Amino acid sequence: MSLTNSTPTATTTAGNPTVQVPEPPVPGRLAHGGFVHGILTNKKALFGLAVLVVFALLALLAPLLAPGNPSDFGPEASLAPSAAHLLGTTSKGQDVLALTLWGSRSSLTVGFIVGIAATFIGCLVGIASAYFGKAIDELLSLLTNIFLLIPGLPLLVVLAAFLPPGPATVVIVLVITGWAGSARVLRSQALSLRSKDFVAAAVVTGEKAWRIMFREILPNMASIVMSTLLGCVIYGIGAQAGLEFLGLGDTGSVSWGTNLYWANNDGALMTGDWWVLLPSGVAIAVVAFALALINYAVDEITNPRLRVEKKG
Amino acid sequence: MVFLLRRLGFYVIAFWACITLNFFLPRLMPGDPVSRMFSQVQSQMRPDQVDALRRLFGLDDRPLWEQYLAYIGNIFRGDMGISLSRFPSPVSEVIGSQIGWTLLLGGTSLVIAVILGNFLGVLAAWRRGKFLDSVFPPLLIFVGSFPYFWLAMAALYLFGITLGWLPLSHAFSTGLSASFSFEYIGDVAAHLILPALTIVLVSIGGWMLGMRNTMIATTAEDYITMARAKGLRPARIMFQYAARNAMLPSVTSFGMSLGFVVGGALLTETVFAYPGIGYQLLTSVQALDYPLTQGIFLTITAAVLAANFLVDIIYVRLDPRVRVS
Repeated sequence: MSLTNSTPTATTTAGNPTVQVPEPPVPGRLAHGGFVHGILTNKKALFGLAVLVVFALLALLAPLLAPGNPSDFGPEASLAPSAAHLLGTTSKGQDVLALTLWGSRSSLTVGFIVGIAATFIGCLVGIASAYFGKAIDELLSLLTNIFLLIPGLPLLVVLAAFLPPGPATVVIVLVITGWAGSARVLRSQALSLRSKDFVAAAVVTGEKAWRIMFREILPNMASIVMSTLLGCVIYGIGAQAGLEFLGLGDTGSVSWGTNLYWANNDGALMTGDWWVLLPSGVAIAVVAFALALINYAVDEITNPRLRVEKKG
Repeated sequence: MVFLLRRLGFYVIAFWACITLNFFLPRLMPGDPVSRMFSQVQSQMRPDQVDALRRLFGLDDRPLWEQYLAYIGNIFRGDMGISLSRFPSPVSEVIGSQIGWTLLLGGTSLVIAVILGNFLGVLAAWRRGKFLDSVFPPLLIFVGSFPYFWLAMAALYLFGITLGWLPLSHAFSTGLSASFSFEYIGDVAAHLILPALTIVLVSIGGWMLGMRNTMIATTAEDYITMARAKGLRPARIMFQYAARNAMLPSVTSFGMSLGFVVGGALLTETVFAYPGIGYQLLTSVQALDYPLTQGIFLTITAAVLAANFLVDIIYVRLDPRVRVS
């Protein structure tokens, strides 16, 4: 199926006389086309993508759907879900639906920023490690393994305790504790590409190191990068929620984690206000599950052995 | 042997990196967290204790390298300073009195999750596309998507508050003293069920999926076909031939997952007010008790590193290829 996807580009370049220089064949283009096609025909991936799109839209439209500051205290405290307050109110009279909608902005933004930054550092370290080898590899691998081994959440707590509180701190701390896993995975993948002929050819033709790393090696491991990115975003959303829940994040902001922190602090469990706790937790789980489904699908597409064989 | 020595060297470097991080964090951070801590506690301390604390956090005039060497020396003598929130107990004493609970909680839930998860993984891979294989993985991924602390709160609400089956918090009932009596052990077990359950629920999916995927690769090997051709019993092929070989990655991830379990225990302990060092770590941060915070961080790291070294030793026993190369 990957062949049928790439032929149109080839015919248009050949049939159009104004194009003088034909596009250089980008390694991995074939596999990549098959990959996109695979994603769009995979039920798990489609479901995951749909959920993500819905959440992104809700986050974008939060000011329209729930105007006003969601943290403002209201007169109607601890109301169960009703027509006026679809998800009920907190013990301070805040609307839970508004809190959840506004919370998705911070949670999704931080999650994706952390995911992208952690994957980027992981790419940089992993590919550089594999490309240069020798002493640089030893050093970077050592660094990666140390960060992998130090227990993440305690490190997160210690860092958050000493850094001045604020949204930037949350992101920095999460990236520091989150990049190592992706670096390790990407290094081993880049290592197997490093010994391929096209990399050797690029080295012989005198291409610059960064160009070989990011234009030759990186595109060939796009699916692995994609799956580490998804993993990092899941980590980012979950770890931010954990940090905020412990009260070590940015307690002034509204996110799913801070919603749960305040719910727990105000004793929502003991008073039986289950509706205050439910939405933010479920939102985290649904987004993480959607990302995990896409990840699972990426795995299936790139590793045919995991696909369930169709019988008949 | 060379392999183990290399690993040991790595763990020593990792631990050194942690000590160094611990040393520099309070000294280089903006906003001067240490003075904040001092202004809070100075009134209740003797002058020589204030002095010792100043030295611990580098507020004396010695050059940095001298402070650094003294700091490392202190750590190896087990001297991590005096706890401020539990004044005047030394940090090591506070940690020693609580680490047992974390080991109990983390250990129990890890063992249950690993054994059950791997077993389910083996079965799922063996019966590809059947009930276990099609229902459990997505279900467990979904459960695993919930944050640790949220599942803990849900379990607490459901089984503790609404149904009233299990105790809400702490590791044993107040008024009960530690003994080897049936009553005490039963009480501790009852308090352990909910926190352990949440950790098991969140982590079991990863074990199952990991095992399932390696098992699928293993069952495609020639020696499995050979075993089938010989007419061996399916159970024997599944456990003695396939699962034994598919287990190696699980052993590696066992070491890696220890850190996650510690983190999970931290959140779970917080929700259940379980008196382990995870809960203590958080309270120490809230109380600006930096010596205790750092001491707990170092202890947790040392424990995880030591456990990983043990896993390495086991790995060498299990995989002869490591011994040769």
